[in-house]
Amino acid sequence: MSQLRFAVSDAVVIAERGLKRIRRNPDLATAFTVQPIMFVLLFVYVFGGAIQVPSDFGDYADFLMPGIIVQWMSFGGFATALGLAEDMNRGLIDRFRSLPMARSAVLTGRTLADVVTNSLGLTIMIGVGLMVGFTFSTSVPEVIAGIGLMLLIGYAFSWVFAWIGLLVSSPESANAYGFIIIFPLTFLSSAFVPPQTLPEPLKTFATDINPFSYMVDAGRALFVGTPAGNDIWVSIAWCLGLIAVFGMLAVARYRRAVAS
Amino acid sequence: MVGSHAIETRDLRKSYGEVKALCGVDLEVPAGTVYALLGPNGAGKTTAVRILTTLLPLDGGTAHVCGLDVMSDATELRARIGLAGQYAAVDENLTGAENLEMVGRLYHRPRAEARERARELLERFDLSDAADRLVKTYSGGMRRRLDLAAALVIRPPVMFLDEPTTGLDPRSRIGLWEVIERRRAAGTTVLLTTQYLDEADRLADRIAVIDHGRVIAEGTSEELKLRLGGERLEVTLADSAQSDAACSALASLARERPSAEDGVLRIPVSERRGTIGRAVRLLDEAEVQFDDIAIRIPTLDDVFLTLTGRPPEDGDDGETADAEQHETEVAR
Repeated sequence: MSQLRFAVSDAVVIAERGLKRIRRNPDLATAFTVQPIMFVLLFVYVFGGAIQVPSDFGDYADFLMPGIIVQWMSFGGFATALGLAEDMNRGLIDRFRSLPMARSAVLTGRTLADVVTNSLGLTIMIGVGLMVGFTFSTSVPEVIAGIGLMLLIGYAFSWVFAWIGLLVSSPESANAYGFIIIFPLTFLSSAFVPPQTLPEPLKTFATDINPFSYMVDAGRALFVGTPAGNDIWVSIAWCLGLIAVFGMLAVARYRRAVAS
Repeated sequence: MVGSHAIETRDLRKSYGEVKALCGVDLEVPAGTVYALLGPNGAGKTTAVRILTTLLPLDGGTAHVCGLDVMSDATELRARIGLAGQYAAVDENLTGAENLEMVGRLYHRPRAEARERARELLERFDLSDAADRLVKTYSGGMRRRLDLAAALVIRPPVMFLDEPTTGLDPRSRIGLWEVIERRRAAGTTVLLTTQYLDEADRLADRIAVIDHGRVIAEGTSEELKLRLGGERLEVTLADSAQSDAACSALASLARERPSAEDGVLRIPVSERRGTIGRAVRLLDEAEVQFDDIAIRIPTLDDVFLTLTGRPPEDGDDGETADAEQHETEVAR
């Protein structure tokens, strides 16, 4: 029992450490506050006029917001990749490992910090979204469930990034790999354009395969009230699957990296 | 507790693939003493420390710290040791105070207690003025002091210091020595690794000389120096024909029989202070001319030359291929 308590309290200590780092670094602080504003404004005003949205949506802001939130959430974990890549390059991991702390906390603490920064990004995005025409058309419990799902998506990708951060040799490449893998996937989904407009192989991928489409459509169901189908359950399953698989990969990678 | 030793290893073995880092190391460190592992880079010192601090699994043999097995009692053991390494393991993006508070909380001390202890340590390590500055802005010496403070957060009964002074300026180095001496006075057992004989000499109650993953000599600093011939007076004569005259002139200073070679006289002495002055007077009285006169103190190079017949190498591997043949001189 005390082990579980320490696993949680140690993770909180490590999470605080990660958050202090972000608060103090102007580049990171900007990335976490100004970028979400910029993303919403750019997409709404640049693509808003050009893209014909399906009739379920009042305007492009309603169509866009769940998509851009999912994209933002999927990148939130890059702080974990950055932090872990930095830690592995220094002697700090040895100090942690020589302490009686829960060993899991080095990883869980980082991902926990992402939940906090993701909540901040989510709040900013929704705030800006509401100012440029986005409206929730669902009940309060549905909106709350939607926010929960968005944070779960963010948490799942934190583990993908944890694995990337431990795999690569420098914080810079952690960022680059994350971008190369995840960025195109978010575009080949229903996030920014109706996937029906895509050419054939991409269209099938975007509608039936890409997990981002399920996640974005689940967000739309919970925020805007479009038909949900099985999007919500498929999204949750994807998130739990990602956490399980990349959680295990990250832990294995961490063990191997420190055992020398 | 195994015996009365704070640290005890038996036939400790560790390999990295083909490379043998430790090939059967026996150590016994009495509680409350300072023990030095002395050896060149790649001798296996750091590997030994990493095993003893539970960072690395051992391949063979046993290792106990505070009577706890480093493998099966690792979690319990970590609550009783402090570690400071050759790289200051502190978070650059936190302040000095935050670093120490974090370490205290990871030792599962309440936040208030961790904070108070952090302030106390910062003051003791002369870092109070920099307490709320990011570690990024610290000098190398300040980082090391903070790192050492982090190892002391819980006042551990056993401390491990892996090359605590490597890369430090002389003033910081002496500062660290004083900290280690105070720990000993407070009853802490300290195991430190070093490449410097003078450091081991000044700090350690006992020294293990380690090379190619083996302990090749062990004892107090005095014992080791005696084995090495200790301090000696070296006189370079102007005329090598005067060797005998010089030897008999200086006989009263010699602890052991002097040796003469190519006009250089080597005289083992037991007392350093005043030796040169007396030697100069004696040589003048005997009308012996000399070009140079100096006291030579054994260095790590001498230790290795004497013990292994070769100078210490700056290799990073634990290759043992040629260790065997060099080792014969020092069978204990």
